[in-house]
Amino acid sequence: MLDARPAPLVQVEDLKMHFPIYSGLFRRHTGDVKAVDGVSFDIMAGQTLGLVGESGCGKSTVGRAILRLYEPTAGRVIIDGEDVAQMQPGPLRKKRPTMQMVFQDPQASLNPRMTLADIVAEPLDEHTDWTRDKKLERVHELMDQVGLNRRFANRFPHEFSGGQRQRIGIARALALKPQFIVCDEPIAALDVSIQAQVVNLLEDLQEKLGLTYLFISHDLSMVRHLAQRVAVMYLGRICELSPSSDLYARPLHPYAEALLSAVNEPDPELAATRNRIILKGDVPSPANPPKGCNFCTRCPKVMDICRQVKPDLAEVEPGRQVACHLYHNNSAAGSTGAPEANERNQQGETQ
Amino acid sequence: MADQALPVLDVRGLTTVFRTRGGEIHAVNDVSFHLDRGELLGVVGESGSGKSVTMMSLIRLLPSPPADIRSGKVMLGDRDLLQMSPEDLRRVRGAKVGFVFQDPMTSLNPVFTVGSQIVEPLREHMGLSKADAELRAVELLELVGIPDAKSRLKAYPHQFSGGMRQRVMIAIALACDPDVLIADEPTTALDVTIQAQILELVKELRHKLGMAIIWITHDLGVIAGIADRVMVMYGGQVVEQAPVRELFANPQHPYTRALLQTIPRITGARDARLKVIEGQPPILTAALTACPFRARCEHRHDACDASNPARRVVSGGVVGRGHDVACHWQAPHPDRTKAELAHA
Repeated sequence: MLDARPAPLVQVEDLKMHFPIYSGLFRRHTGDVKAVDGVSFDIMAGQTLGLVGESGCGKSTVGRAILRLYEPTAGRVIIDGEDVAQMQPGPLRKKRPTMQMVFQDPQASLNPRMTLADIVAEPLDEHTDWTRDKKLERVHELMDQVGLNRRFANRFPHEFSGGQRQRIGIARALALKPQFIVCDEPIAALDVSIQAQVVNLLEDLQEKLGLTYLFISHDLSMVRHLAQRVAVMYLGRICELSPSSDLYARPLHPYAEALLSAVNEPDPELAATRNRIILKGDVPSPANPPKGCNFCTRCPKVMDICRQVKPDLAEVEPGRQVACHLYHNNSAAGSTGAPEANERNQQGETQ
Repeated sequence: MADQALPVLDVRGLTTVFRTRGGEIHAVNDVSFHLDRGELLGVVGESGSGKSVTMMSLIRLLPSPPADIRSGKVMLGDRDLLQMSPEDLRRVRGAKVGFVFQDPMTSLNPVFTVGSQIVEPLREHMGLSKADAELRAVELLELVGIPDAKSRLKAYPHQFSGGMRQRVMIAIALACDPDVLIADEPTTALDVTIQAQILELVKELRHKLGMAIIWITHDLGVIAGIADRVMVMYGGQVVEQAPVRELFANPQHPYTRALLQTIPRITGARDARLKVIEGQPPILTAALTACPFRARCEHRHDACDASNPARRVVSGGVVGRGHDVACHWQAPHPDRTKAELAHA
């Protein structure tokens, strides 16, 4: 990274989040669910990193561990120069206003007994000593920002539609003027026509307030729209981290490729001619991941080495990191010609 | 699909109202459609558009009260499901009409083995002996692509993954070789790679078994890949109906057009901004006297407030057979539309 580039606001290094399994008569510690197993990425200030993957791949756990909603097992999470992962409770509490979260299910993440104004003002109650009037003024300002009518301030969550509830969740996240927001599947529970409204709102707010997002989603087409860079996760590890345009034009990791090809094409002509890669089987359990590469049990291009050695995430092209032996063997030799041959090969097989 | 034969299923003027303490909710308003033999009809709409309630109404799965099927005819072959005695209806459900629900987690009984849940309809409807039913159950599990089917019969639902559970649900729905399979958002709860597996399975089974399928979804991408014909629902009524290619190439209803434009794509140019449909879907507290989409429509004019448009033919001669739309507004010429869409 050159200094001229925008500085990363968030740096995650080798983040691990293991959940212990206790079993047997004495509830002995017999293993770990390695929900997140060595994840590293940067997010530039004012940008969006998309984090995609299927359920159970650990993407939400990454989001929660970064904000210290879980205690990470290992790794560093540097947000604006401070390591959040190691912070003591006191300083952490002071840090919290700068990092917020928008949750997936607005139905479950809003207290049904609190009014909209109470919900949005709660972070202000916790972290400021403002007067009631000042808080209310801020609540109204936030409601304007997210497109909620001020008349609704005294209504309860059940009186709102799904899209409006998500706006309340966003207003609450914005209340303390954070720099960094983790959006954990904020549109998954919404209808298509409402999804676009919320995504546009998130984009407007980013532009206006200079926010940095980690956008967690399984919806690859929305992520393409929002994110400058995208990390694809599989079974607790990142298998590809690329600029959005490159990833969607030419995915390098076989899993990224399969995931993209599984997205439904909303055009019957194209859908009929497209050759989809259908992965066999299910995602293995993170309590007992396969030896070698995590993806080796389902990979259509699996080689012998994949079942033995875990591939590291390494840069194979400028700005593109891939964890796959398909590229590493060749790039280790130091030539760029060989991996290109490989890619052509890959393209030839799939189109 | 030129057919002289009668449709397998013919629904006429179906109207369902929920009576609640807060008043009536007109969930399904005069819905008519048919399903031909071997056809896959896609039903698209947002939550609350009435697509699920329509399907639940026609097989009378809604508890009454609060649901009240006000009028309509549902002809399965030559019999009206709405006039049937509960006894007869029981013989139809599961045997002639199979159902696959959205969430395979909640629609399988967690305390019975998967085997016993597949065997149940076979013994109930086909009168098979226990041994025969079990043989057939193994056959069905193999058909839906569950490896090691015989030993899996004794497994419980929680021992299966989401995709596997949905395969089991499909096996149960197919058990008695139904004429019609109604699939209510069967892939919505699944991950994309598993969704692709299930869609592939359904395509394959259709060719093998030749049954007619109604596929309910809010995802136009799913519809584009598998449906022969599509019915778009909004505000509890059918707003547009057309063969799948026709609908995507030449959408007529402003709602369909907007819906097609709101989908972000993974190919082609990236839009600077997503197109949105402003506003919220209507709450149907009274019978419709005006177009339900008017509040969100960019082509609204006086006629839209004056009356609820009836379905009119766009092409293909008769409403329901070719391409029809319920809209007062006349969409521009298809060539221009195509150019617009290509641009969008």
